[in-house]
Amino acid sequence: MAPAVELRGITKRYPGVVANNNVTFSVRRGTVHAIVGENGAGKSTLMKILYGVQRADEGTISVDGQPVLLHSPSDAIAVGIGMVFQHFMLADNLTVLENVALGAEKLHGIGDRARAEIERISGEYHLDVHPDDLVADLGVGKRQRVEILKVLYRGAKILILDEPTAVLVPQEVDELFDNLRELKSEGLTVIFISHKLDEVLSVADSITVIRRGTTVATVDPTSVTSRQLAELMVGSELPSPSTEESTVTDRPVLTITDLALVSPDGHGILRDINLTIHAGEVLGVAGVEGNGQAELVEAIMGMRDPSSGRIWLEDVDISDWHTREIREAGVGFIPEDRHRHALLLDAPLWENAMLGHQTQKPNVRGLWVNASGAKADTERIVAAYDVRTPSINVTAHSLSGGNQQKLIIGREMSHAPRLLVAAHPTRGVDVGAQSAIWGHIKEARRAGLGVLLISADLDELIGLSDTIRVILRGQLSGEFDPDVVTAEDLGSAMTGAV
Amino acid sequence: MKASLRRLGLALAAPVLALVVAFVVTSIVLLLAGDPVVAVWTQLLTAPRPRLIVGIINGASVYYLSAIAVAIGFRMNLFNIGVDGQYRIAAFAAAVFAGQGWLPGPLNIFVSLLIAVVVGALWAGIAGWLKFSRGVSEVISTIMLNAIATGLVSFMLFKVADSTTGSNVTNTKLLPPSSRVPGFALISGTPNKVYGFVLLAILVGVTYWVVLNKTRFGYDLRATGRSETAAVASGVNVKRMVLTAMLLSGAAAGLVGMPLLFGQDFSYGTTFQPGLGFAGIAIALLGRNHPVGIAFGALLWSYLEQQGNGLQITAGVSSELVFIIQGVIVLAVVIAYEVVRRAGLRMEQRNVARQLSSDQPGHHLPEGAPV
Repeated sequence: MAPAVELRGITKRYPGVVANNNVTFSVRRGTVHAIVGENGAGKSTLMKILYGVQRADEGTISVDGQPVLLHSPSDAIAVGIGMVFQHFMLADNLTVLENVALGAEKLHGIGDRARAEIERISGEYHLDVHPDDLVADLGVGKRQRVEILKVLYRGAKILILDEPTAVLVPQEVDELFDNLRELKSEGLTVIFISHKLDEVLSVADSITVIRRGTTVATVDPTSVTSRQLAELMVGSELPSPSTEESTVTDRPVLTITDLALVSPDGHGILRDINLTIHAGEVLGVAGVEGNGQAELVEAIMGMRDPSSGRIWLEDVDISDWHTREIREAGVGFIPEDRHRHALLLDAPLWENAMLGHQTQKPNVRGLWVNASGAKADTERIVAAYDVRTPSINVTAHSLSGGNQQKLIIGREMSHAPRLLVAAHPTRGVDVGAQSAIWGHIKEARRAGLGVLLISADLDELIGLSDTIRVILRGQLSGEFDPDVVTAEDLGSAMTGAV
Repeated sequence: MKASLRRLGLALAAPVLALVVAFVVTSIVLLLAGDPVVAVWTQLLTAPRPRLIVGIINGASVYYLSAIAVAIGFRMNLFNIGVDGQYRIAAFAAAVFAGQGWLPGPLNIFVSLLIAVVVGALWAGIAGWLKFSRGVSEVISTIMLNAIATGLVSFMLFKVADSTTGSNVTNTKLLPPSSRVPGFALISGTPNKVYGFVLLAILVGVTYWVVLNKTRFGYDLRATGRSETAAVASGVNVKRMVLTAMLLSGAAAGLVGMPLLFGQDFSYGTTFQPGLGFAGIAIALLGRNHPVGIAFGALLWSYLEQQGNGLQITAGVSSELVFIIQGVIVLAVVIAYEVVRRAGLRMEQRNVARQLSSDQPGHHLPEGAPV
């Protein structure tokens, strides 16, 4: 039997970046086939090619043994390939039926025939999706199933799922995997993209590893360990976050009391936030995105005015301070979206190394920019934090994500901070940079900084934090001890299941 | 060194490309209209006479000030379309004051300049304040303020018009001779003189460059223009920066009419040169908001206009042809800059990737990988 999908010699060149080079693998019908690789290894490009969003420079794609040319997503759907994106594409204020039928009105209309078809698909694959539910009322897991149903409704026999578990808590992941097994038992083929190895091992029938844009191996999950897979993925020794002995002191660096934030339209974003971070302590905040962690960070950094409550840096009330004063007082900030909040992409590295510290030595002398001082300091940061760049005069844009992040961390650590606010510090960086960044956070902790660590990566949180708290619908949970807490415990707290 | 040469080459590639496109498109227009292509370009491209050279420099000094005013906004992602209204109202106010001759010569000039700067800033400040406090787009408000300024100045001009001259021309009282800025006889072969206030334009250009590139304030302003979100996170008070930039842009706009007022017209009247603010937008785009680039752009603009004056006589083509050329240049240059910017970005990324991979033999790519 011909493979459901076969890719041969797929090559895609982007300027300056290795996207895909000679990618070759095939997927058997009725299996879950995982594509694993680090962030930036080229998985997303490959899937875009397979879904007709991008075109390969070289190589062929065959579906059921027939070579196909995919020029657009509609070509892909026509040959039975459907894609579920990481970010859902659903209209909140429409019902499931309306969302599913939108753009596919020709198939089964928009009325009872469409409703019947949705119910049939939902029943057949146990998706538990009801056509007349309003999408706004659905949880993340269910929305994902609506996305899957949308693709099946359009007649897909091959489903591509791009990082489907990134937005799910552990319990939802299990449900998703049950659904995937259901799909494959009905003869459908699933291509599953991920970089979470344990998940891949538990659900996939076959695993293709991508490294630096090319396929390095296709392996059988029963014959490899998670560690072997990881080494295939990164091609080197693996780091792991682990704290050393406690350096926590009894000197509070950051104290927040009864903080609340109400949005302009009147609903509460943050409520009753009370927390204390001591010198030498890493406080980890876990939570599903959108539960108020971004707003909490912005309130601390003075980018949002809290509606009530006080924020203290050591024994100074900084609640009403402006961002600049807060930064000058010794708060380092690693924003969650470095392209939007931490870099001037078109500016040279040395100007980026000043950003956020453009009122501090050695970057300025009085009201004047001290270019030579700033450049010398950038050279130091580049060397000390292992920022891989040919020069400090290239634009920030030309560096990889990991090197950009190392520059940011270097700059934030360079002005004698007392508190470091780090939001998703290792998001979208390669494993090498990740371990370096973990190293720097541990070093900061040893140096007596208080660290507020916001992360979606539970391993990172458990490995680095002295205390973990969970944020859910704008409220903080009690404290968890990272030495004894499990990912499942945190997952329950993150969804409010307990 | 090699990298900076390449950067210079890239910077020049776009305007050169735009000029070539303008040349081709204009020639096609001429061909389609059945006009003499060769005669037109001969007229436009022969070396200008001394009298015209003076005209070119004088015209450019005014354009330069206007383009700098626009560029201050552009560097902050603010589109100050209102330079036109700002320079009119400022020139009018300065002319009214200076014409009274209350103060002795140089002091009168200085205080009048100050009035122009303040009035220009305040007029732009209305748009700045609306954006600061209410989030009104400066594009909309400055367009409206242009219309208001035009009406207001016409109205006021009628009130204060100097009726002693007895001609049809309506203008403010002439400046006393001691308050006129003498010109320089820079170009031989013509009695015409270069405006003394060419120096003012140069001074404004230098100040613009120093403030933007060498001061903390300039860094904050450029950071805000490049990424408002990153500027906020770095501690810039972006709203206040919007207001400040708008005030500065308006202040510079206030100076636009000054070379004309003190070097040529000596009063503000119905014949005062219009449309300078819009030319400034085009020239700022052409000059890439760079003080030297803008100087070249202003000279080119002025050159085309001066040379175009003779088109009707020598080639039998309307001098309005120059507007077509200018328009095509601006359109082409905007596209060319984007093309060149992307090419530059790709080149740099490729360079960085190559230099890094040759630095670290341990990290090289699989054989045959595209680099």
